[in-house]
Formats: sequence, structure tokens, C-alpha cells
Amino acid sequence: MINDVNSIPAVTMTNVSKSFGDFKALNDINLTVMNGEKVVVCGPSGSGKSTLVRCINGLESHENGSINVIGEEVTPRIKQNALFRSKIGMVFQQFNLFPHLTVMQNLILGPMKTLGMNKKDALKRAEALLERVQIPEQSEKKPSQLSGGQQQRVAIARALCMEPKIMLFDEPTSALDPEMISEVLDVIIDLANEGITMIVVTHEMGFAKKAADRMIFMDGGKIVEQNDPENFFNNPKTDRCKTFLDQILQH
Amino acid sequence: MKSRILLLFAIFLFTHGCSSSSGTWGWYVIDPSTKAGWINIKFLIGGFYATIALSLIAAVLSILLGLLVAMPGISDNKFLRAINRIYVEFVRAIPLLPMLFWVFYGLPVIFKSMGLNIQIDAFWGAIITLAISDSAFTAEIFRAGIQSIARGQTEAAQTIGLNYFQTMRYVILPQALRRILPPLANQFIYIVKMSAFASVIGMQELTRRANEIVVTEYRPLEIYTLLIFEYLILVIIISFGVRWLERKLGSNESAGG
Repeated sequence: MINDVNSIPAVTMTNVSKSFGDFKALNDINLTVMNGEKVVVCGPSGSGKSTLVRCINGLESHENGSINVIGEEVTPRIKQNALFRSKIGMVFQQFNLFPHLTVMQNLILGPMKTLGMNKKDALKRAEALLERVQIPEQSEKKPSQLSGGQQQRVAIARALCMEPKIMLFDEPTSALDPEMISEVLDVIIDLANEGITMIVVTHEMGFAKKAADRMIFMDGGKIVEQNDPENFFNNPKTDRCKTFLDQILQH
Repeated sequence: MKSRILLLFAIFLFTHGCSSSSGTWGWYVIDPSTKAGWINIKFLIGGFYATIALSLIAAVLSILLGLLVAMPGISDNKFLRAINRIYVEFVRAIPLLPMLFWVFYGLPVIFKSMGLNIQIDAFWGAIITLAISDSAFTAEIFRAGIQSIARGQTEAAQTIGLNYFQTMRYVILPQALRRILPPLANQFIYIVKMSAFASVIGMQELTRRANEIVVTEYRPLEIYTLLIFEYLILVIIISFGVRWLERKLGSNESAGG
């Protein structure tokens, strides 16, 4: 399914490179993601997928090239800007909830401290989001009392609490038990249908077919292939991508 | 706890029992039923105020100073990390007693040469020394505690827009504090015991008072035995307080992701 895609770019990466020591994690990446577009990134481990999304919100700093996100150039200075960062929501593989805070406290921390909301409004927003990720009854629990799937849904709600313009997902289901993957993916698909810009790193190809506007295959720090989901899965152009898809789709 | 009280009681009975049979003990010096003994006891126990005040103030200062020193130690900036290293290596290499002398006798001379008329009395001299000396250790505890918190916590805090201080205040330190409570308690106990050094610059705390009675009564065994138990009581109280705090903060809960 192809959503209507706005013609304004949300993310523009131009000749972006990034190394960790001798290892070239990103090698001359050029990528434009339009407003409202849903992009799924896949590729073997070490191919640079995570680094790609982490450069977009400034968790990693790129060495060469430029990254423009919602009209702002990503620089060391803008990365310090709380409002800029809060416009880019991120969901991590390991959830990264704050274990000493309750679910509700996890959700309202950002809105209260970064956006300066009062507690009443923050609670209201958080309650609505917990409803949306279908765990309103867990708000007073600590993260450790929840299942992995529930924790990840809280993490998604926490990110949404900041009303981001872009959502980044870095392998959101890779740390989950198999039976919990679909509850998280369902929430992400709902989100996709609401039109927010999303970049999702995942190997869940069933999800990709349902939610993606565009598929990106990375290998060795480069974007090797990109296409709409139908052509991507049915007629992969490169051998490398074909082999990869064969490997993950044969199960 | 019950077992500890019983142990104390058993030791007391043992020592007390000795006095009548062998004659090597002379508990009369601190026998509360005699007037002289009661006066001695009151004098000795009166040292609790100073020891507690010294230790508490020094511990609070040491924690604040330690946190302040730990912060540059976790920085990405080499220069800031070097400041942390130099402070820690230098301060923890100085034995407490020379440092106490230096602060008490030396520091006022420096102040004077700078044209400042600042006197340091025994109380504050001891507090400054204890706080600085201990802060090097506290700083290392804080650094280790903060670094033990998974990187993902800082990253998650950044993605919801928290700045460095908010991340520390609301995300990292509350978690680190739970983990470092046991070693911090160790340091507090250490301060209580090291506060005995304040006796050499004339601070009338527990040890000084014990020394003074020993000089007049020639009964070191009894009085120093009592002194040891005075410190034991303080340390047991601290242990209990910390256990309570650990339970309250849930330190023994393993913190997840």
C-alpha cells in the first residue's frame, strides 16, 4: 500500500560518511525521505542501518556530508537543542525505558521538562497515548513488571508524547520474544496509517510489505538498492539484495 | 540485629565479669552508680555530639565535592578528565594525619600571606580535612556508579530532549545512587572512624575525651573499651539507616534495560 506522500523532504542526507576507527559504517549515503513517507531499512548486521538512523537524530555524529532534518542542518550545536531533538522520536531495540520511574513518569518526563507542560496536561496526553498503545492499565507499574512487548509499546508512547515530526525505529522487535512481536508491530502499523514520517530498521518483512512506502537495502555502509515494496520483494535488482532476501524470507 | 545486640551483651558480660575475679579490670572509673564514675561517663558520652556533627557535615561535603569531582571524570573532554584524575590521584595519596596538620596549622599561614585573617578552629579544620580526603574516594564511587548505567539511558533521555543536567538529575543519578549506596555507606563509616584523628588537634570528640580521662584516671583498658563500643554503636546505627534507605529506594532490585 502506497500512502500519499508529501513533496516536502523530512530528511535529506547528502554524501554522508561515518567511520568507527577503520570501520566505515556509512559510506557516502544519499537519501531523501519525504514528509509522511514510511521507509523500511534492512540489510545484514554491520551494514550501517542503525548508524544511519542514529546519525539522523544526532546520537552519532557524521563525519562528512550533510544531514538536514525538518529544515534544520544537523550540527553539534543543533543537537543540543532540546526542541529540535524532541521533534525526532526514537524507539530502541532495548526499549531503554527508565527503570526507576513508573510507566506514567517515563511518559511525562519529556513533556514536562523539555516542552514545559504542566503536570495535568502531560498526564492527559500520556493517558491518551497509553490508551492508543493499548496498555492504559499499566501506568503505575515499573518497566520491569511489564513484558517485553508492553515495554516496547510504552517506549513508543514515550516517544509520541513529545509529538515528534519523525519517528525512528531501530530494530524495535529484535529483542522481543516471538509471540510479542505482532503486538508491537500492530502499534507501529497504526502509527504509519496516521501519516507520521517513519524510518524503521527491521527484518520483519511482513511488516515492511504492509507499512512501507519504500524499501532500502544497505550493505557495507552503502545503500545498495531501494524500491517500492512490491518491486523490492518481487524483482530485486542486485545479487546481494536477492541473496539477503532469500535468506530471511525462506523461514 | 538481635544477634548483634546479644553479641554486644555477651562481650560486655565477659569484660564486666572479669573485673571482679581477676582484678585487672577497673570498671569503677565509669560506674554510673558512683558519682565520679557518672561524671566520667557523662564526659565521655558528651563526645558523641562532636563526633556526629563532624562526621555528618564532613560526609555531606564529601558527597557534594565527590559528585563535583566525578562529573569532569565522565566527560568526553580529555582536559576535564585530566582534572578529575589529578585531583583523585593527588588527594587520595595524602595520609589523613599529615593532611589534618597541613590544614589546621598550614592553611591559616597561607591565608595570612594572602592578607586574609581566617582562623581555622579544630572543628572546621577536621571537617575540611575529612571532607577533602574522603571526596577523592566518593568521586571514584560516583564515577563508577554513573558509568555503570547503560548508555541507552542517556540516549533515551536525549531523544526526549533532556539536556545534560536534566539527564543527570532525572535519569542517571537516581539510578546510580541506588547502586552506589552500599559503597557510599562504607565511606560514611570510614569518616566516622577517621574523625578520631580530630582528637590530635584538640577537638573534644569521643577519642579526645577518652584520652583526657585516661590521663587522669590511668585506666586505658576500660575507657578505650568503652570508646570502641561508642564507635560500634554509631556504625551500627549507620548500617541500619542505610539498609532502611536501600529498601526504600529499592537498591536491591536489579535494574533492567
